[in-house]
Amino acid sequence: MSLNVLGSLASAEGGGFETPTTAEFYQPLLFDGPLAITRPAVVLMLSVGLIAWFLIATTRRAAIVPSKGQWVTEGAYGFIRNGVARDIIGSKDFLRFVPLLFTMFVLILVNNLFGVIPPVQFPTMSRIGIPIALTLVVYVVYHYIGIKRVGLGAYFKHLVPDGLPGWIVPLIFVLEVITFFITRPLTLALRLFGNMFAGHLLLLLFITGGEYMIIHGGIGLKIAGAGSFAMAFVLTIFEILIEFLQAYIFTLLAATYIAGSLSDEH
Amino acid sequence: MQLFTGATQVATLVTAGEAEQLPVLPHWGELIFGVIAFAILYWIVREKVVPRLEKMYADRTAAIEGGMRQAEEAQQEAQAALEQYKAQLAEARVEAARIRAEAQEQGAAIIAELRAQAQAEANRIAEASHKQIEAERAQAIVSLRSEVGRLSTELASRIVGESLQDEVRQSGIVDRFLAELEQGGARPETVGQDA
Repeated sequence: MSLNVLGSLASAEGGGFETPTTAEFYQPLLFDGPLAITRPAVVLMLSVGLIAWFLIATTRRAAIVPSKGQWVTEGAYGFIRNGVARDIIGSKDFLRFVPLLFTMFVLILVNNLFGVIPPVQFPTMSRIGIPIALTLVVYVVYHYIGIKRVGLGAYFKHLVPDGLPGWIVPLIFVLEVITFFITRPLTLALRLFGNMFAGHLLLLLFITGGEYMIIHGGIGLKIAGAGSFAMAFVLTIFEILIEFLQAYIFTLLAATYIAGSLSDEH
Repeated sequence: MQLFTGATQVATLVTAGEAEQLPVLPHWGELIFGVIAFAILYWIVREKVVPRLEKMYADRTAAIEGGMRQAEEAQQEAQAALEQYKAQLAEARVEAARIRAEAQEQGAAIIAELRAQAQAEANRIAEASHKQIEAERAQAIVSLRSEVGRLSTELASRIVGESLQDEVRQSGIVDRFLAELEQGGARPETVGQDA
């Protein structure tokens, strides 16, 4: 909403300039309505195809001395396997969750990077449906393994740590239920979505704004337009950093939640 | 005025956006696509990628451990070779010392033999030269004796005034005189007085 206000000021100065809005993100390609096949859905499928092809091609002849492609895959895999899964979940059960975490990481990373890579240039995760889908997976997994390990009743009982004074237990219980069932999935999905959404909108604003100023503006506005492009360039670099960081954070938190459900006291 | 039109424009855009959907509300198609996409990729990663990479990790560990064992074996082998070499070297040293001692002995024997030979040769040469000197001396005495005889005869002839040579030779006077001289019995002055 505040972005729209900001955009309204810019558009007021530029006259006919149309600010990029949230509507930019809804791009149905086939059909219409809630089940329309949209651009991000197509991009997502494209990314799945690309990732699957790359991973299979680079591991087909997985050698002890890696080839260049295998080296890349191995780098990402080792990063998630050893740096996230093993360090957080612990060396006992981590191997079970490596496929899940690795898939999460590469899928989010590639889709995020699509936000700045031509010709796609659309961050899939800026459509909240997709982060929600991924969060749903994490949500189901960490509750499932927790309940399976100790049983449903004990799972809820374990939400409250032992040794608390009796009067505080109900309060903590309510807080923990909110954390486990509402806050965690909500923040997990919204963090990824928000970062990608805002970043993309910012880039759109600087690029379309700069373009408009250079084409339609006077000499002063042309200079401002060049500045706007320079800013877009800097922000693109920054976006790449954020895109990587968000993929990492999402995976890291998923691993943390899983580790919490696996450990005896959370 | 401009500001006002801009604001209304934005307002219409916002309502249009909201008519599409709020960005925080999921588009069902995309949500379903997301789940499907994740499921496909997850299946591929779990069935293909992770087993291959894990097998590669195991292979690599095995290869490294195998390499270490090989290196250890090689080191042991090298150690054994070194021991053997050292033993051989010591043996060779002993052998060399033995040969040296033998050579010294032999050398000493050869030198002694040579010395003896040289001594014998020297003795032989000395003896030979001695004999030769002796012979030469004898020869010299003989020739001297005849010469002395001849000279004395000639001298006596001059003194006497006639040739005594034949007579002297016949009578062997000189020889007899010389023999007496050698024996120390003769007296030259007597001869001179007689003559």
